[in-house]
Amino acid sequence: MRPRSGLLIQDTIQSGSRRTFNMAETHSLQDMRQQAAIASKVFVQRDYSTGTTCQFQIKFLPELENRIDKQQFEETVRTLNNLYAEAEKIGGKSYLEGCLACLTAYTIFLCMETHYEKVLKKIAKYIQEQNDKIYAPRGMLITDPIERGLRVIEITIYEDRNGGSGR
Amino acid sequence: MLPGGGGPMKDCQYSHISTRSSSPMESAHKNNAPRRKWEVFPGRNTFLCNGRIIMARQTGVFYFTLVLIVVTSGLFFAFDCPYLAVHITPAVPVIGGILFFFVMGTLLRTSFSDPGVLPRATAHEAADLERQIDVSNGSSSGGYRPPPRTKEVTINGQSVKLKYCFTCKIFRPPRASHCSLCDNCVERFDHHCPWVGNCVGKRNYRFFYMFILSLSFLTIFIFAFVIAHVIHRSHQTGFLNALKDSPARYPFHWTWHNIHCSVICFFSVWSIVGLSGFHTYLISSNQTTNEDIKGAWSTKRGKENYNPYSHGNIVTNCCVALCGPVPPSLIDRRGFIQPDAPQSVAPSNGITMYGATQSHSNMCDQDQCIQSTKFVLQAAATPLLQTEPHLASNELPLPGKIPLSAPCAPLTLGQPTPPSSTPNLSCDTTLSDMLPAREEQGGPHFLTPEEVPSPRGVLSSGSSLTHSHTMHVFNLASQDSLHEDSVRGLVKLSSV
Repeated sequence: MRPRSGLLIQDTIQSGSRRTFNMAETHSLQDMRQQAAIASKVFVQRDYSTGTTCQFQIKFLPELENRIDKQQFEETVRTLNNLYAEAEKIGGKSYLEGCLACLTAYTIFLCMETHYEKVLKKIAKYIQEQNDKIYAPRGMLITDPIERGLRVIEITIYEDRNGGSGR
Repeated sequence: MLPGGGGPMKDCQYSHISTRSSSPMESAHKNNAPRRKWEVFPGRNTFLCNGRIIMARQTGVFYFTLVLIVVTSGLFFAFDCPYLAVHITPAVPVIGGILFFFVMGTLLRTSFSDPGVLPRATAHEAADLERQIDVSNGSSSGGYRPPPRTKEVTINGQSVKLKYCFTCKIFRPPRASHCSLCDNCVERFDHHCPWVGNCVGKRNYRFFYMFILSLSFLTIFIFAFVIAHVIHRSHQTGFLNALKDSPARYPFHWTWHNIHCSVICFFSVWSIVGLSGFHTYLISSNQTTNEDIKGAWSTKRGKENYNPYSHGNIVTNCCVALCGPVPPSLIDRRGFIQPDAPQSVAPSNGITMYGATQSHSNMCDQDQCIQSTKFVLQAAATPLLQTEPHLASNELPLPGKIPLSAPCAPLTLGQPTPPSSTPNLSCDTTLSDMLPAREEQGGPHFLTPEEVPSPRGVLSSGSSLTHSHTMHVFNLASQDSLHEDSVRGLVKLSSV
């Protein structure tokens, strides 16, 4: 009984602090952030089962249950995983780039960007597109993992303007 | 994303609080100039050229390395090359020159680049991880010592333990390690090299390897041709004369130069060639120095033990290590600090925890609330008598933290300090009030032990603030029914 009541109080305090937090608006630049307040942030952690390559766990988080379709969410994470795998792919092209860079004493990267950087730009565009089409209309925003050191995919859930957090 | 978001911030009641240990008054003035992320980097690194160059803090040995290489090579080019170019072949100084530039290039590249530093977790991430850890541990298992924070992961069939880093507040990825000298977690951490003045990790390992390989070629080259020079001369004039001779065009005694070059090269050859050989072995088996020293993948640990990261054959391992893709730096040192961006948790200074931005200071307070509540709940869960007096003192400051996000005006404490700093001051003290209590009980460490001394300085001045603060707070709490519920709940807990 005790742990349960403890958790209940924790939740009460959390939602209480969130309510009082609403009074101080965040000064952000995206329209949605200016109008809505952050209800919570959820994190998709890394999946290390294939080694040190950048992959994220395709696990549906309970906080997103009534916000977004499970298939859609898993599709987003799966696409991100594929893009990161493409960035880190070891093959003829990456070897060629590596050798060329070594021969030119890495000065070639003053002119052109690495394959990894090109794919990171692709990922940023994909996330932007997903946010615009799917997540922002549902009151959520995905933060590019590169801004979190490729540790997590951070999904910020915003409160509905009509009140009541998405729980 | 505009870098200079200082304008609208001034209208708010919270002023921009710098994460550096400058006073809050100063930071309001700094608001106008957008600052780069390297300026507030929490690790122990030196940044040069406006963030383009990153090195460890102690760079003395690196300069020694530079001087040693430059002086030895310089002497070689000045004294031996003219003779050798004429009497043996002019290719000698050319090859020597190429080797020298390659060595210098790779050395500077190793020393100045980011080894693969992992940025520290933001406050939200850290709080989320803490929650997950507590859920998995179960709140009933809060004894004196919590179980060590590790996560088991199976990589290619091999079981690997991921450790939790208390400084960076993350679960370290496999093969990452925390460098105590630089105070950073580094990906694929090899070792911290004082000769190079930097950590050697994922991003600069290939440069380090090429540096020691080319340096071993250079030292062998210089050693060989100094000897060749002496021998060639001795054929003409006799051995001892060759050593003693001081041709007119050399400014000082030639013998010392020969001895100097020979001695340095002799010792360097053995140590550097040995090191190159060792790293060649590491690359071919895809291990790090760290793993090799600990014997992580050695068969002595068990017959089933094997390296899950190895690609199977030597050629692939070498190609991947030397020619594989280089990931970009994760720390973005030259980026501008966004006004609404969350700052990472910096445990070294108690004051810095309270965020650089107004929104984040709210987030931080919210998380402090959650964590401090957790401490109370855990304390309540342990059936020991000694927790009760702690709890009695603990639960009082807590409600004070909840309405902090409310306007500061009602919380004036008659102190001649700016309103924005006051709640932080009392927050600081309330947290540090609880820290000694938590440490005695051996509860989960929210902050590393190093932080405990720093808030204590504030403790004595702030303790009186805390108590008067809570009186005000109780008045506020009664106005808000939600807060009243939480306060009631806490009181109930403590009485159990």
